[in-house]
Amino acid sequence: MTLATAAGRLSAQVQARLNGVWRPVVGVSSALLLVGSLLPWLAFSGYPGQLKSAFFLGDAGVRNYTLLLAIGCLILAFTDLPGARKAGLAVSAGALAVSLGTFLAVLNERGGLGAFAIGIILALVGSIGALLGFIAMPAGREPGRPRRRPTPIEILFVVLAQIALLAVVVYTLDVGQNDEERSSRIIGFFLFLIAVCAALNAVGVFGALSTLYRRHRGVTMVAGALAAIAFPFLISQVQDGNAYWIRVAAYIAVFAAAAIGLNIVVGQAGLLDLGYVAFFGVGAYVAALLGDARLTTSSVSLPFYLVIVVSAVAAAIFGVIIGAPTLRLRGDYLAIVTLGFGEIFRLVAQNYDDLTRGPNGISGVPNLKIGSFDFGESHTVLGTKLPYFANYYFIELLLIAFVILVFSRLGTSRIGRAWVAIREDETAAEAMGVNTIAMKLLAFAIGAFLAGGAGAINAHLATQVSPDSYTFLESVTLLAAVVLGGMGTVPGAILGSAVLIALPEKLRTFQDNRLLFYGIALILMMRFRPTGIVSSIRRKLEFDDADPTSGDAVTQAPAASHGKGMVTP
Amino acid sequence: MTAVPAAVERVLDVKQVTKQFGGLTAVNKVDFHVDSGEIVGLIGPNGAGKTTFFNCLTGLEEPTSGEIRYRGRELSGRPAEVVKTGLARTFQNIRLFPHMTALENVLVGRHCRTSTGPISAIFRGPKYKREERESTEAARGWLDFVGLARIEGELAKNLPYGDQRRLEIARALATDPGLLLLDEPTAGMNPIETRQAMELVKSIREAGLPVIVIEHDMKFIFNLCDRVAVLVQGQLLVEGTPAEVQSDHRVIEAYLGSPVE
Repeated sequence: MTLATAAGRLSAQVQARLNGVWRPVVGVSSALLLVGSLLPWLAFSGYPGQLKSAFFLGDAGVRNYTLLLAIGCLILAFTDLPGARKAGLAVSAGALAVSLGTFLAVLNERGGLGAFAIGIILALVGSIGALLGFIAMPAGREPGRPRRRPTPIEILFVVLAQIALLAVVVYTLDVGQNDEERSSRIIGFFLFLIAVCAALNAVGVFGALSTLYRRHRGVTMVAGALAAIAFPFLISQVQDGNAYWIRVAAYIAVFAAAAIGLNIVVGQAGLLDLGYVAFFGVGAYVAALLGDARLTTSSVSLPFYLVIVVSAVAAAIFGVIIGAPTLRLRGDYLAIVTLGFGEIFRLVAQNYDDLTRGPNGISGVPNLKIGSFDFGESHTVLGTKLPYFANYYFIELLLIAFVILVFSRLGTSRIGRAWVAIREDETAAEAMGVNTIAMKLLAFAIGAFLAGGAGAINAHLATQVSPDSYTFLESVTLLAAVVLGGMGTVPGAILGSAVLIALPEKLRTFQDNRLLFYGIALILMMRFRPTGIVSSIRRKLEFDDADPTSGDAVTQAPAASHGKGMVTP
Repeated sequence: MTAVPAAVERVLDVKQVTKQFGGLTAVNKVDFHVDSGEIVGLIGPNGAGKTTFFNCLTGLEEPTSGEIRYRGRELSGRPAEVVKTGLARTFQNIRLFPHMTALENVLVGRHCRTSTGPISAIFRGPKYKREERESTEAARGWLDFVGLARIEGELAKNLPYGDQRRLEIARALATDPGLLLLDEPTAGMNPIETRQAMELVKSIREAGLPVIVIEHDMKFIFNLCDRVAVLVQGQLLVEGTPAEVQSDHRVIEAYLGSPVE
């Protein structure tokens, strides 16, 4: 609290001193930042990209980011956008973070002020000035709800937004991939990305987009699916056939399918399941045992379309077996018991040598073969050579499509309503005739069914199953994906999975420190957006109860559900 | 909606119901009945065991001993089954689903009268479509009945207090009950809202549905009820017409205490 009051006092002082002159201050400072970004930052070559290149052409490393942020500052200062102050603060703070970060990194690595050229000094001064200017800026109006535009234009916006998202994803994955000093480059880029996202959020772009998405659900979903299909082609082109990120994407997709399944249990029915990965594990083990693995204990070999059904059903049965005794418990008790069952599954897998081959696991699970289509071969589609992981990626997209179908259609049926009712007030739901035990068991079984299906594909993708893949940490990561992405929403679970798997991969250059960065990222996320990246309307309302300051959602929600009388999950 | 059954039928028959919490006897050997078309008031000082008695009837508490019969069938088991048999209730402290819309709240009441399974729901089978259409129609009908048709899309928590009470009644009615139990339907209401609530309960009775109502508002009770039962310290003290109960000195004593000799 003292830190906050100190910051408040400081900003009051700045406001008093710069009152009325904030615009010239921001203008001059941004110009300095802009010029600084165009001039070399270092007195020698070889530090991020070709910093000595006299002008902004081609790859100039982090200076690109400060340049764009400087332009952002100018736009925010001299146009009358809603939420401009907050956005300006984000952008100028981002520029300061990028330039100061580079400054400190170079100081640390090269040891001395002699390494710096004039550009970085200008950038530092400029970004500090811009920050002070935006602090002194009057608050102005907040972004309102976007007005209705003709449908084709709105749809165009939706499609463009999906294309932009895809482009950002591909660029993010590619950034720093071939740099010598990739760590600085990656940090610089993430700071830039955070600043831009915060600014776009402040001026209401994200709010407007989510409104558009809700208005045009069908278009959004089709565009999203097309973007997902286009991803392997794009990344293959950009990275010249490098399979790395497609492999990561295949893991993300299988993880996301399981996360959406978990989202039914946690997000819709409100049952905190800390042992969910066990269902995933049951599916994987069953698929490995039936899938003609090289080192296995069974000689059964079934075609995959049967295997995936058997795996999912086995996981669902396991879910019912675990759920029947435990679902009489509520809240924390349920969480603890599910945690226990998750561990029991892992320990059984570790010790039941005759079936699971103990800690060695079942390995040599062959690549999938459906008909004559071999998932282990790479294919050339539309002139792009796709590594074989893309095969898995595409079949997982199909799985995800099915999972989404289950998720959304159950959510709007009597079953979904019963789940929400149970989450809101279990006693009242029971007293209104909802058979709570049966409904909770159903949520558990369906979640387990979907996880089992995902596990079956994963067994083939990873070519082996072993007990250490199904630890408590995996359950927590799945849960974190759901919570981080936004409880109760499909895009949330997908984005959450993508962030939670891609981020550690992206931060791999930081080796052991990456878990630290990862943790910081999660904490910041939960501090500034507790409802997750994509918040469901209902969740947002539940959080707003605790936070009476953000009252706009309360007036928005009935309008969003206007005419249907229902909040769609 | 105006059909009044010709022959009087015993809807609810409670015999010697007792509920003990450890050493405390909250409900003590209560005999009680409701006939078709009746509104029965249940009054008594705070802590008399009225709500516990309701909880016993609706399966939220299991009676320690005694017998509860609904239209001749013995009631037992979980609340969900009791609702399906035909008893629906509201709560003393409103227990709506706050982040569901008014319509969704009432639709939850339809849950026990529908049976669409997950497969039909996922693939939007004919059963799903039919039940969903019927449920929505029924729910809209009940919202209209309690006068909330215009605000079906509002979240329950955003409704004014009086409307929340009515919504709870609509949700209970949506379960197609044969007997409605109202636990202090006018608690916290202003006089206008109380009068509206009274009209609502009357119209429920006119629709042929018997009602048991717990209430502290004596004007409400004596204007509305055909019969009043007084519960004091878990025991049934007096039962009779409003006039009889009103003039019974034991009731006055129970509420005000006996005069100092």
